[in-house]
Amino acid sequence: MHPILGYPRRLGLYLFTWLIVSELLFYVATYHHGGIDKFQSGLFFLPLSLVYAFICLSAWYSCRGIPVEETSFTGMLVPHLLAALICAFFWALLARALANGLSRLPQLQGFEEKVVRSVPIFLAMGVLLYLLAVALFYVLLAQEASREAEQRESQARVLARDAELRALKAQVNPHFLFNSLHSISALTSSDPKRAREMCIALADFLRATLGLGEKALIPLEEELSLIHSFLAVEKIRFGARLKMEEQIDPETLDCMVPPLILQPLVENAVVHGIANLTEGGWIQLRVGTTHGSDNSNQSNVSIEVENRFDPEAPARRKSGVGLANVRQRLDTRYGNNASFAVNKNGERFHVGLTLPAERKAVPA
Amino acid sequence: MTQTSDKMRAVIVDDEDLARQVVRELLEAHPEIEIVSECANGFEAVKAITELKPDLLFLDIQMPKLDGFEVLELIGTDMAVIFATAYDQHALRAFEVHAVDYLLKPFGAERFEQALARARKRMGEKMPPAPELKASTRAPGEFAERIVVRDGTRVHIIPIGKLDYAEAQDDYVALASEGKKHLKQQTISSLETSLDPARFLRIHRSYIVNLERVTKIEPYGKDTHLSILSDGTRLPVSRSGYGRLRTVLDQKS
Repeated sequence: MHPILGYPRRLGLYLFTWLIVSELLFYVATYHHGGIDKFQSGLFFLPLSLVYAFICLSAWYSCRGIPVEETSFTGMLVPHLLAALICAFFWALLARALANGLSRLPQLQGFEEKVVRSVPIFLAMGVLLYLLAVALFYVLLAQEASREAEQRESQARVLARDAELRALKAQVNPHFLFNSLHSISALTSSDPKRAREMCIALADFLRATLGLGEKALIPLEEELSLIHSFLAVEKIRFGARLKMEEQIDPETLDCMVPPLILQPLVENAVVHGIANLTEGGWIQLRVGTTHGSDNSNQSNVSIEVENRFDPEAPARRKSGVGLANVRQRLDTRYGNNASFAVNKNGERFHVGLTLPAERKAVPA
Repeated sequence: MTQTSDKMRAVIVDDEDLARQVVRELLEAHPEIEIVSECANGFEAVKAITELKPDLLFLDIQMPKLDGFEVLELIGTDMAVIFATAYDQHALRAFEVHAVDYLLKPFGAERFEQALARARKRMGEKMPPAPELKASTRAPGEFAERIVVRDGTRVHIIPIGKLDYAEAQDDYVALASEGKKHLKQQTISSLETSLDPARFLRIHRSYIVNLERVTKIEPYGKDTHLSILSDGTRLPVSRSGYGRLRTVLDQKS
């Protein structure tokens, strides 16, 4: 939409300013140029100036077509100057035609000749006014661009916040909690010692997740210990059905990662993998470092979670929500610097992600 | 009443050993209830229930192979069913399949006794056959992703994309998939409501067809047509079925 034509109030303000500026210009320009009666010429100039105000509104389209950031100075100047000359030329023609018409009135005889003498002034003013309009529209364009950028940024912030909130809400899956409590209640009579172990593992997990709300990043080591307390609970629940293998590069332990970026992947592997396998299954967790493909010395943490699953298992509701959430959080935090991929191959379910390796900042 | 008929025979179905243990323990206070089988997945459950015909069933919902609702669909509700699950979002569905009670884990002895009392009250009441209930247990806009069929004590799972067509045969439907036919006790109308209408169409009083399989439609007799499937099967199309088929196929092309 045109930034001035589209809004009646802006149009009014534009025309008002335009008239004052152009009348002043005209007054100054004709001050030493005797011959034209000031009052007559003011009346004559008013409609002309109004028409030209609208002609100059068209500069908006050429300004939009020639953005400041991407064009050289001459590349900008030449087309605008050309347009200014053309507009001014037609405006001068129009002025002459109007003068011609007016001079037929008995009171204004000879007016046309006077106007013809001031044609160079019309041309110069036309160019000047057009270029002023060009400047105005570039200002408006810049303003619009900065507002859009601001909007995009705030939108991205809202999205990121949303994803974080959802992750934190999902940090303790109620199903996990209730099933664990049920297992504990079973153990209290048959194996009180293990019941106590499970209570402690569950408490460790809950305590660890509670403190994560305020932290944007935690060391990978902390995330891994969270996973260990989670698995300690699930191992009691699933017994021999759950087998966990880990290969962790000790170099990565002090890398900073968003909290709960890994735990949902492991939980997913338990809920959609192990829980659907009568004979049990395995989960493999591999963490290592890779170097980026570009020549920068940026290294990445690569994390893989792989598990066995039953492709024919009955569908569970809400499957894939946890994974989508992890993907979104990586995306909002790291953009193109992180990757996330899910692969199904026969009975293997594989999730791989990489994110930039950021070491813990040394306190100054 | 004799002593033997007072004895209730129960089956416990749960994939978690510790969860089965809770039920087993709570049943120790009830010598009149005998546990005849414990199952850790849906297949085992169908087999055990078909063979043992228990009076009482403790049933988990999320399980490997078949979920609790699929188990019920295959074995009917000729027994008192008590669901035991941590997932409370299934409560409504559970009562729609006429479950006696719905226990939320973890549960204690008191709540368990209530469920047993309800089960006793329910004993002997005749339940409507399960397949007719199936359609009502699905949320609107949600359709079956697979069909489970029982053949004796064996269970076949037909993913919906592999179902070619279904044919009504009295109280059964014959489900054609990968060159084989599986019989299931269900009416064709109830099957129709469980299928996605964008993928399956009732072309005849006795036939539902997978639209992806239809290659050609030929006139046959005065008012009827024949639809020819990709494997060469010819199915009759009734007059109203032809109208529906035309609209759907025209929309697709």
